[in-house]
Amino acid sequence: MSDRFAKLKYSALRQMTIARLREFSREPAAIFWVYVFPILMMIALGVAFRNRPLEQLTVVVESGDRAEPTLQWLDADERFRVSIATAEDAHERLRTGKADLIVTPEESGSNDYRYTFDPTRPGSLLARNATDDALQRAAGREDLLVVADREVSEPGARYIDFLVPGLIGMGIMGGGLWGVGFAIVDMRIRKLLKRFLATPMNRSHFLVAVMISRLIYTIPEIVLLLICARFIFGVINQGSYLTVTVLILLGTIEFSGIGLLVASRAKTLETISGLLNLVMLPMWMASGIFFSYDRFPEYFQPLIRILPLTPLIDALRQTMLEGQTIADLGSQLVVMAVWAILTFFIGLRFFRWN
Amino acid sequence: MAHDPIRDETSTIRFMSKPVISCRDLRKTYVGKPPIEALRGIDLTVEEGECFGVLGPNGAGKTTAIEILEGLLPATSGDVQILGKRWHEEADQIRQRIGISLQETQLSEKLTVRETVTLFRSFYREGMTPDEAIACVSLEKKADVWVKKLSGGQKQRLAIATALVGEPQVLFLDEPTTGLDPQSRRDLWQLIMDSRSQGRSVLLTTHYMDEAERLCDRIAIIDGGKVRAQGSPEELIAGLGGEHVIRFTLESQSNDALPDHFWRSLEGVREASFKAGDYQLTVAQPHRVIPHLLHSLDSAGQRASSLTTRQASLEDVFVKVAGRTLEEAEGEAT
Repeated sequence: MSDRFAKLKYSALRQMTIARLREFSREPAAIFWVYVFPILMMIALGVAFRNRPLEQLTVVVESGDRAEPTLQWLDADERFRVSIATAEDAHERLRTGKADLIVTPEESGSNDYRYTFDPTRPGSLLARNATDDALQRAAGREDLLVVADREVSEPGARYIDFLVPGLIGMGIMGGGLWGVGFAIVDMRIRKLLKRFLATPMNRSHFLVAVMISRLIYTIPEIVLLLICARFIFGVINQGSYLTVTVLILLGTIEFSGIGLLVASRAKTLETISGLLNLVMLPMWMASGIFFSYDRFPEYFQPLIRILPLTPLIDALRQTMLEGQTIADLGSQLVVMAVWAILTFFIGLRFFRWN
Repeated sequence: MAHDPIRDETSTIRFMSKPVISCRDLRKTYVGKPPIEALRGIDLTVEEGECFGVLGPNGAGKTTAIEILEGLLPATSGDVQILGKRWHEEADQIRQRIGISLQETQLSEKLTVRETVTLFRSFYREGMTPDEAIACVSLEKKADVWVKKLSGGQKQRLAIATALVGEPQVLFLDEPTTGLDPQSRRDLWQLIMDSRSQGRSVLLTTHYMDEAERLCDRIAIIDGGKVRAQGSPEELIAGLGGEHVIRFTLESQSNDALPDHFWRSLEGVREASFKAGDYQLTVAQPHRVIPHLLHSLDSAGQRASSLTTRQASLEDVFVKVAGRTLEEAEGEAT
């Protein structure tokens, strides 16, 4: 065996990475959680929040002399689902959310109406205005302006388009934290870390190998997710795939580093599970996986923006939805890199091998 | 024990070969309330090419001692040299030249034997091929089998293969046969003897007397964090002052049947002990002592209901230096 061949064959970094990949590929449960679960989640959320055809407005007309002609006027418009009910019944339906609006014709002798609705419900407000329009026109009102509606529901502006970058970010976070953190604590419990420490193995090589193996199996995860998003929901990437790849790599390194830090002292699987959930919880809620973090009060915004997951998802959205290039993502890349470097070195410093 | 003849006899340092392991006044105190003094000043010297056994009950400090020597645990005080180097100066050079098998390491279950040994080979600059290491421990037929599928003895052999693959000069084995069936133990003994005959020095810990007696050139008996006796098994047994043990019981089963002057009149008895109706005498020449003993019993008006003799063993050495049997000592630890 030539020297160079032996060197390559017995490169610790390479062997360690291969060993981690082998272990992962022989673990069916890991394959499911990493590759299948994110896709199922995307499909479930994509279907639940798909853009529905025209929303129907449920209107109840209070029974009385003029109930029947009112019903006929409104029925002519396909947006309305109209029915007649007693005052008591109508109020019960409004209260329980089964009706958006009650239309009460005023007592005989007048053509006027009274509307009863909940102004905090968007459907109610919509029903009030649309019903009013329809009744005014039926009573003979002429429109003064000619307007044309153009409805927009293009790929890029739908909820699913917003969701996919969020899910990619969530996958990278979960994968990095669990994949690195859990694996390290498991090896510590099995005294395998101690056994490695008893060899001349280079300690940082070991941690780098754990990260590299994580990177290698994250890439297919994201590719698979992007392919499914493309073919099931028609989600397209407006930016460059190179930028997306760079973000995925940096994100994986960032969360591997955090996983390493969280796992650096933990001695039981219960501890590490608790710590990882604690670390992930604020990011699940605030980093904008499922909805924009703009909904949180202004004074939280600076804090949210420096959470490790926020810049990743923001940068992915800016790339995939707005087609921005890597040059536009400077601040996000800096935040991620700082997290990656700090956590890796602090984790290495405090790492408990025994 | 104020005066310990066994230790005095054997603590002379041998100058013939250079030691591969030596430690002086090794102490380890675990911080806590109260602090635990696991080691209270241990001196050990392992010569090149010998198999050295650290023998003692559970909780005696064996694992603490071996882990300090392996560089896995810092000592509270004391000096350790492995192959003439110190851990805080040349850790990597030491690690390149020693092989270790820890107690209770669970290697990755979903790697094969060959993959596991190859991984460990990659940590060393020089060494044998993974297949050679697998052959050393006779696991060729299991080379492509997942670790998960191995028996306890096979797993232990694999652990030794991972220690051998870097062709170490010194092998550290912490309780290598604990929990194994008799056949696996014998296989492992053979493996350790083979390693020694290939010129490797071996340091092993055990709480099995027979294992230490069978495998080790020299032994240190550790109890309560101190070395109670050190030397070859033969030396230690000879140090008892007699290599035979006579054991007898009395028909009367009385506790104070034999007065002091009875023992004083007996010649050739080095040690006598009495426990629960059982008398034990350590003697050099049983054929001379026994007729005399029977005669004296007769004149004291007593009759022996049973009498046996056997060769003295390390067990007797342990009783002498630790003041109780190994079994009793194990009982205290749990």
